[in-house]
Amino acid sequence: MTMIEAIRDAHDVAMAADDRVVVFGEDVGFFGGVFRCTAGLQEKYGKSRCFDAPINESGIVGTAIGMAAYGLKPVIEIQFADYVYPAYDQIVSEAARLRHRSNADFTCPLVIRMPTGGGIFGGQTHSQSPEALFTHVSGLKVVMPSNPADAKGLLLASIADPDPVIFLEPKRLYNGPFDGHHDKPLTTWKKHAEGDVPEGDEIVPLGKAKVTRKGADVTVLAYGTMVYVAEAAAKETGVDAEVIDLRTLMPLDLETITASVQKTGRCVIVHEATRTCGFGAELLSLVQEECFYHLEAPIIRVTGWDTPYPHAQEWQYFPGPARVGEALNTVMED
Amino acid sequence: MSEELRPLSLNVPEPGCRPGDTPDFSDFEIPRAGEVLRPPVDVAADDIRDMAFSIVRVLNKEGQAIGEWAGAMTPDELRTGLRHMLTLRAFDKRMLMAQRQGKTSFYMQHLGEEAISCAFARALRPGDMNFPTYRQAGLLVAVDYPMLTMMNQIYSNADDPLHGRQLPIMYTSKEHGFFSISGNLGTQFVQSVGWAMASAISGDTKIAAGWIGDGSTAESDFHAAMVFASTYKAPVVLNIVNNQWAISTFQGIARGGVGTFAARGHGFGIPSLRVDGNDYLAVHAVAKWAAERARRGLGPTLIEYVTYRAGGHSSSDDPSAYRSGEEASAWPLGDPIKRLKQHLIAIGEWSEERHTQAEAEIMDEVIATQKQAESIGTLGDGKVPSPRDMFEGVYETMPPHLVRQRQQAGY
Repeated sequence: MTMIEAIRDAHDVAMAADDRVVVFGEDVGFFGGVFRCTAGLQEKYGKSRCFDAPINESGIVGTAIGMAAYGLKPVIEIQFADYVYPAYDQIVSEAARLRHRSNADFTCPLVIRMPTGGGIFGGQTHSQSPEALFTHVSGLKVVMPSNPADAKGLLLASIADPDPVIFLEPKRLYNGPFDGHHDKPLTTWKKHAEGDVPEGDEIVPLGKAKVTRKGADVTVLAYGTMVYVAEAAAKETGVDAEVIDLRTLMPLDLETITASVQKTGRCVIVHEATRTCGFGAELLSLVQEECFYHLEAPIIRVTGWDTPYPHAQEWQYFPGPARVGEALNTVMED
Repeated sequence: MSEELRPLSLNVPEPGCRPGDTPDFSDFEIPRAGEVLRPPVDVAADDIRDMAFSIVRVLNKEGQAIGEWAGAMTPDELRTGLRHMLTLRAFDKRMLMAQRQGKTSFYMQHLGEEAISCAFARALRPGDMNFPTYRQAGLLVAVDYPMLTMMNQIYSNADDPLHGRQLPIMYTSKEHGFFSISGNLGTQFVQSVGWAMASAISGDTKIAAGWIGDGSTAESDFHAAMVFASTYKAPVVLNIVNNQWAISTFQGIARGGVGTFAARGHGFGIPSLRVDGNDYLAVHAVAKWAAERARRGLGPTLIEYVTYRAGGHSSSDDPSAYRSGEEASAWPLGDPIKRLKQHLIAIGEWSEERHTQAEAEIMDEVIATQKQAESIGTLGDGKVPSPRDMFEGVYETMPPHLVRQRQQAGY
């Protein structure tokens, strides 16, 4: 199953189980979304549970907050993460704060899905990774799966969650595992273990990271597309790296991170988003605070550059296996 | 071609009257009471376009109720309405004073706008939901929300239902159809549409009411609310309280080139009308009409309440810096309490003596409740909820990083 099919399956399972789950967004209804993540849902569940929305992100999120306050469980799509900014006020000032400011008189169980990241020549308006804009906000949960099985399980967990969840879907991974290299052929999800998505309503709990590659010498913290880049870099450099797929950025599985770094004594942090004040800065601070006396070398961040996501120079912006590999070698020299 | 191009200049609208000027409302067109007719609830938006430029009025200068919008309320109901408005005014007076005495940080009063929220509340049913701004506490007063709880919230004391987390007057009560006030402007207008859509999705019979001020209609969320309400025919009443002033900015800055705020509804195909916001009977009648439309699945209604903010924007505001002090008394739609009182007296259902007595009784009740609230604590005396409370309720289950931070903070 592809990640798109897994996401669709999660919607299907949740909608079948609970009438309160409603799905809407731009092009989401009849057509099933520009990436087809909601295809067939309108036909199966009717127009009042899966429908097209006007092109107005603050309206999509704003109405969804009202629906969540009523008692529904909206699962809404922002067509690209790059389009979420008009809704930022609704997310930050309203969805994230409702429980706290009303002392739970009203709550906001809401999932906001959005395709994230580059690698499809989307230029600056279809490539961004805005996770740090959400991890910085108290009251939100932030999730980014790296494979179909996790995408389904994490989405089901997010829908079941009583609080607002920002669900970031790495669009580079939608149709096939990206093995870290843009210039080499992809394997399909069919031939990948994580493309084997369990049937039914099994969740992957929020707040639990996963070690995707065991290693002894350096811990690589990654999420989404970067998990595959990290794995490719480890394989190609021969560095015995332990790769941790964070899966949930908020709440963060700090236990798994510290256990690994305290074991390896080295840490490389990888993300696609811009560097300055990126989520890597928070990870670096936490690792420093928790693991300083175990560290053998300075922690290194490998990230996108502090530029808008370029079009023609996409793969020079993207922190690929060569840059991650270089960081692995550097961290091993100390 | 030798066309001479002249330099462009920017148009920045100005109010008719600034400090030191004599207020002049002579070009403010006010239709006679009863002049605007009551259309059937299933009227098409296009057929009542003129209502967005006129004003529904019931009470005339002599205090008589005139026309098709009159006659919906019994004398008992009207006396109850008067009591609600008097209560809100007394409450405001005491709480504003309490703020001045340092018992709380901030207060916002309703002076001159009491009819709008008090009368509107009586047009809804239990289970309906308001998404209010900070100047609609009458929605709580008129459904008998405990005044003590309001004061506890204003004082952020141990019995504050919001545990000291939220600003004074930003009330919340699901049970009383009062959505949690955010304090951001405009954001909740569109949420009311979402709540109404949810009722329709669920096959429910409840309706929602959104609230926004004249100034905040300039926010994008106003447009979002109108689009969604229009598209999905949401069972919602969308209320614009035009009290002429957004802090120091006169309504013309938000209104721009359009004649009235209500006229904004025309582009969305939403039946839109203006009502005399200082006329309790007119507000109630129009609210009932719009609520019935929503409840019968006829979709949204946009209502502009024409009123005047007779007090400051908040306890932090000094209106004498930007508008004439005489503007409030020159306001041609009068005072909502005086007008309802005059009507009740005119129909033989009230008297000056009863009014004076009611005012005194209500003030006594407010003061007694205030004493009770102050015995529990005030922000000023520091008897506030534990700092532990700020860590609670960020999420349903406290995540590990917040548990650590709470311990670090010593709670």
